[in-house]
Amino acid sequence: MIKSEHLCKRYGSLTAVDDVSFEVRPGEVLGFLGPNGAGKTTTMRMLAGFVVPTSGKASICGHDVEQDALAAKSSLGYLPEGAPAYGEMTVRGFLEFIADLRGLVGARRARLGHVIDRLQLGEVLSQSIDTLSKGFRRRVGLAQAIMHDPPVLLLDEPTDGLDPNQKHEVRALINEMARDKIIVISTHILEEVDAVCNRVIIVARGRIVADDSPQGLAAQSRYHNAVSIRLERGEQLPAMQSALAALPAVAEVEVSGRESRLTALPRQGSPILQAVSDLAAREGVELKELHLESGRLDEVFRTITA
Amino acid sequence: MRNVGIIVRRELGGYFSTPIAYIFIVIFLAVASWLTFYLGQFYERGQADLDPFFTFHPWLYLFLIPAISMRLWAEERKSGSIELLMTQPVTLWQAVVGKFIAAWIFAGIALALTFPLWITVNYLGSPDNGAILAAYIGSLLLAAGFLAVGSFMSALTRSQVVAFILGVVGCFVVLLAGYPMVTDAFRSWLPQALVDAIASLSFLTHFESIEKGVLDVRDLVYFAMLIGYFLIATVVVLDVRKAE
Repeated sequence: MIKSEHLCKRYGSLTAVDDVSFEVRPGEVLGFLGPNGAGKTTTMRMLAGFVVPTSGKASICGHDVEQDALAAKSSLGYLPEGAPAYGEMTVRGFLEFIADLRGLVGARRARLGHVIDRLQLGEVLSQSIDTLSKGFRRRVGLAQAIMHDPPVLLLDEPTDGLDPNQKHEVRALINEMARDKIIVISTHILEEVDAVCNRVIIVARGRIVADDSPQGLAAQSRYHNAVSIRLERGEQLPAMQSALAALPAVAEVEVSGRESRLTALPRQGSPILQAVSDLAAREGVELKELHLESGRLDEVFRTITA
Repeated sequence: MRNVGIIVRRELGGYFSTPIAYIFIVIFLAVASWLTFYLGQFYERGQADLDPFFTFHPWLYLFLIPAISMRLWAEERKSGSIELLMTQPVTLWQAVVGKFIAAWIFAGIALALTFPLWITVNYLGSPDNGAILAAYIGSLLLAAGFLAVGSFMSALTRSQVVAFILGVVGCFVVLLAGYPMVTDAFRSWLPQALVDAIASLSFLTHFESIEKGVLDVRDLVYFAMLIGYFLIATVVVLDVRKAE
């Protein structure tokens, strides 16, 4: 379990992290979201024991990160922001160094080969880390973090700079490990939340402003239960728009003329799908597409953090 | 202890996986030989000893040791790898001592490669090999002292250039602490007792007594304490500033 109790970090007059408290339990994949400069990385660093909090405390699996630092670090796999490594070392040399520090000796040494296979690093083992592409560097960083099969993983922007295929790979890896581990991912990529997280904390200006499931968060969106339709014939658009706006349950209608798409936003998130499809039948409008939205995270994110 | 060993091995590997190590060793040997034969007049003196060689070591180290020590911590902080290292299950102490020992071993390798000089004097005459051994030990201690000062200076900054300059200045001060050019700077505003204390910290006086072949316990204690002091200072500085 990760436990953060009233963590604060001040740099002079600047408060980077302000009274952040939360707990993460096994099986949870927590997305730690926020705009750049919101205090995500500072919080991660305090949990990892790299930055000393100004006040408050944190523990990893019951080990206080300051009082019992070595035990906390042993239970923790940490990918720092930007996946720093010793650039002059070869991938093999670097991972062996980490395996040594993590005490992988004897039979447990087999874990090293397993990690190399899992992150598909076999082809670059003898290359120096400086010469690797961004994607490989990130994978070396991930390999380092999961080397000792820790119960807790803190990953600071694990997919930053990866191409879509590599992002998919990393997310598959996280999903695979999610069953028996506690994982915290800091990110500003919202699609990541849908892809891997079952809980979201949003921070802004150092404070927690939301703590919810991705579904719960999406439900706060104006677009929660909104219905968007595309018309077969564009000339019917204005008539359909005013008919939709006249429905009592519809709060607002948005038009995107380019694709002749109409989006009807409900009042207080009440379901309007049936009403909209009935209306279309009544008006004799042929629909190319009818789509129920669950809510837009990016919109919630902007509203909350603005 | 295990962790210190792992860090020493990684660091030493790091020296030799880049051209730095080879460039350093070549320059060290070239300059050391040049000083010995030209300034030291090794042949002209007609004496079978290595005095002309060791006499110049403090001045040689003054510039070459900060070149080794400048990257110890400045580079870790600049590249961010310090965050990786400090979130592994190692203590700051193990990291500081491990890096220091690796740098010292590296300096020792460079020094050991001057062995042809020792063979030469033994071929030319019959020198006091005990004195030569003492001088080699003194030279190693001098290197260790400078490295500890340089390690501290490197922890102060993210820039290797700044770490080098601070290292040279810092080494210069401890080297000449007993000489007027340093004591005069303190005399005007510090009490005499403190000025005397600073003066007694001079590397040069302690090195010169060992170089003459006298291995005094007091000199060994002096170097050990000075190294310990600067390594503690390195740990303290890093503990406060590692994340900045």
